[in-house]
Amino acid sequence: MKLLKLVPDNTNIDFMRVRNIALVLSILVTIASLSLVAVKGLNLGIDFVGGQVVRATFAQPVNIEDLRGRINALEVGEASIQDFGDSRTYQVRLPSPPGDPAASARIIGQVRGTLEKNYPGVKVGAGEAVSGKVSGELARDGLLAISLAMLGIAIYIWFRFEWQFGVGALVTLFHDVSMVLGFFALTQLQVDLNIVAAFLAIVGYSLNDTVVIYDRIRENLRKYRKMQMLQMLNLSLNETLSRTIVTSGSIMLALAMLLIFGPDVIFGLTIAILLGTFVGTYSSIYISAPILVWLGVRPDSFLKAEDKAPAVAGGDGAVV
Amino acid sequence: MFDPPKWKIWTIFLAIALGVAFAIPSFFPRSEVATWPKFAPRTQIAYGLDLAGGSQLLLEADLADATRQRLAAMEDSVSQELRREPRIQAGDISVANGQLSFMLRDPTQLDAAVERVRTLTQGVGLTGTRTWNVSTQDGNRVIMVPTPEGNAQAVKEAMTVARDVVRRRIDPSGTREVTVINQGSNRILVQVPGIDDPEALKRLIGQTARLEFKLVDQRADPAQVAQGRAPAGSQVLPMADGQGNIAVQRRVMVSGEQIASAQQTFDQQTGAPNITIRFDSAGAKRFGRTTTENVGKPFAIILDNKVLSAPNINEPILGGTATISGGFTVETANELAISLSSGKLPVKLDPIEERTVSPDLGKDSIQSGLIASAIAIFAVMFFMVITYGRFGWYANLGLVINALLILGIMGIFGSALTLPGIAGFVLTIGAAVDANVLINERIREEQRRGRKILDAIETGYKEASTAIFDANITNVIAAALMWYFGSGPVRGFAIVLLIGIVTSVFTAVNFTRLLVALWVRKNRPRELHI
Repeated sequence: MKLLKLVPDNTNIDFMRVRNIALVLSILVTIASLSLVAVKGLNLGIDFVGGQVVRATFAQPVNIEDLRGRINALEVGEASIQDFGDSRTYQVRLPSPPGDPAASARIIGQVRGTLEKNYPGVKVGAGEAVSGKVSGELARDGLLAISLAMLGIAIYIWFRFEWQFGVGALVTLFHDVSMVLGFFALTQLQVDLNIVAAFLAIVGYSLNDTVVIYDRIRENLRKYRKMQMLQMLNLSLNETLSRTIVTSGSIMLALAMLLIFGPDVIFGLTIAILLGTFVGTYSSIYISAPILVWLGVRPDSFLKAEDKAPAVAGGDGAVV
Repeated sequence: MFDPPKWKIWTIFLAIALGVAFAIPSFFPRSEVATWPKFAPRTQIAYGLDLAGGSQLLLEADLADATRQRLAAMEDSVSQELRREPRIQAGDISVANGQLSFMLRDPTQLDAAVERVRTLTQGVGLTGTRTWNVSTQDGNRVIMVPTPEGNAQAVKEAMTVARDVVRRRIDPSGTREVTVINQGSNRILVQVPGIDDPEALKRLIGQTARLEFKLVDQRADPAQVAQGRAPAGSQVLPMADGQGNIAVQRRVMVSGEQIASAQQTFDQQTGAPNITIRFDSAGAKRFGRTTTENVGKPFAIILDNKVLSAPNINEPILGGTATISGGFTVETANELAISLSSGKLPVKLDPIEERTVSPDLGKDSIQSGLIASAIAIFAVMFFMVITYGRFGWYANLGLVINALLILGIMGIFGSALTLPGIAGFVLTIGAAVDANVLINERIREEQRRGRKILDAIETGYKEASTAIFDANITNVIAAALMWYFGSGPVRGFAIVLLIGIVTSVFTAVNFTRLLVALWVRKNRPRELHI
């Protein structure tokens, strides 16, 4: 049987030739993403801003204005009502009342009660209420988790490789995360706790990819001491290209299946990871590698201590 | 590497056999697993609320209320302590601005009084910091201030009691799979699968259920009571049905602590739902004495500072049981009965977060999630085989074992599978092949460089392992932070990811290496399609 080879043997693509173009492109898109976030903002779910959401499926199609009227009659805030295509399934979202932390949870009961009283046969599928107090904490914890994950990983890479690699990884991560943030600002898809999980998955995967390439660069730096840096990066990228494509391909394949056949509830989560995988693959080639040149990594960066200074005895070979 | 020691082979297979054995029960219904023989593993993967349907509440203790209650309790203890022989005459006992103070009639007793009330305060933990600070003022006034350490300890104790009370209220029979855990210093997380009406849950938990029996103050002037004023030694309380106020004596005749059990019953004449409570022996004695001494007078039944009813005592009640009526429905009477027999909450709890998923929605999600996962796995497996042939099959075998191991380990730890968990599962499947891809690509590479088959395989496994290690450690860091800082869905995702990383490295590196080694040893292949 002839085996599939997505990437032919012995490729020799000159990735580094376009590194400046790629860099300018990346900077532009990053700026665009961040400005989008600043201008349009993110559609933050109740997890982060507080409030309550009730999803209900009605026995008969209902008039959205009637529904709005009934909810507004409760005088619990301006309701935002969203339908799910078939005019029988609606999501009602209400803002968090200020002050009383228990009010959110009470309001959701009122809304549920009103729906059940006025629309016989209604099925209230899911309801969530998050008080302003908790939502603030959730937002803080989410940010903290993402930032600490980025930092922790960068420090680990600094220890295992060299400081330049740690910086490279951090910049790459920043790039990937801003890109996905920009996507959420653009599409106004709701950002909830699930999306924090997605961001952390992106951070993990993007790093995974970068580390595999860094690992090969380190290996080649030790092997070919006379080779020019750019040539060496190209060699390393070409050597790992097949793996990069196969792995990213299989992950994206799996995620695409989840996107198509999976439940609606995790649509945002899945699409974020899918996009992150794609961006992460791009950035590990065009950002994390060339940044090493700019940060001055040279073939002798990985020389063992005793090779660098044979006079100093007792080095255990640790790279410092 | 092609001649692995026997112990290694056995260890690997044993680990896999164990993992798979613990995964198997998850594929059968719970009722069936319960009938399995004792030695068989019965660990089942639990579904999170988003999948199983149910309600989740996050409750927060009202700390201001807790402090108030603590001061009030100390006020009682202090007045009791001072009344002990030899008596110390004190007046103007008051609780204000978070402190308790009283004045002594006889200033020479100041030291004795301080000594006396100090016995009511205790040391906290190892540092021995006291729960209250006692100081004096103007030579005749004693001031007691709760210390932060003391408050913290009081909250800690109250939260532990509150957790047990909440558990008893939700699950009087102890059969449902409810989760009630303390979170942080002042929160309780409640998860009840299968219930999609959180209102009943909130009513059940929301009642402090402090039951008191007090005599109605008949001297009180109705006009003054309506304005909220009561004679000395009495207080004005609202009626539970909202029909005005009533004045009752401050002294508690019998309290809820003396209840042995409570049950929802029906009134024999009217058929209306009510609650029959049975007192413990001390309670029965006090109740009997009080009713004997006050025949013909009205007796107020007070719940959480609202008067449920104030019936006249027609005759002494000596049997140790009493009936509470007050416009209940069967449901509310039942809830109150449960609340009363589970004891009163030591601190008021407010729901600050609430999530509900109807069981139907959960069922749909499980189904489409599982289908999508299965399709994703098959797609990746197919991809592996057409890319790496025999080595792809090995990777796939590792993938299946990996999936079973994840299920098994989640079963052992009792961690619940959530919707984001399914996404984490799929991501792990995708990432799990990465290790094999790294190895296989490396073998291809080494072959291209002209190495012999065995040499290429050996070098491939060896050289790929540093990259696999580094890449996975970074993922472990991300997942661990996610688990530590995350909550709810983030945790569900992180736990699957963490387990998945460990099992995937194990299956991708150790297990497939073993399969390759056994194959090579048996067949001595002359050529290698990879």
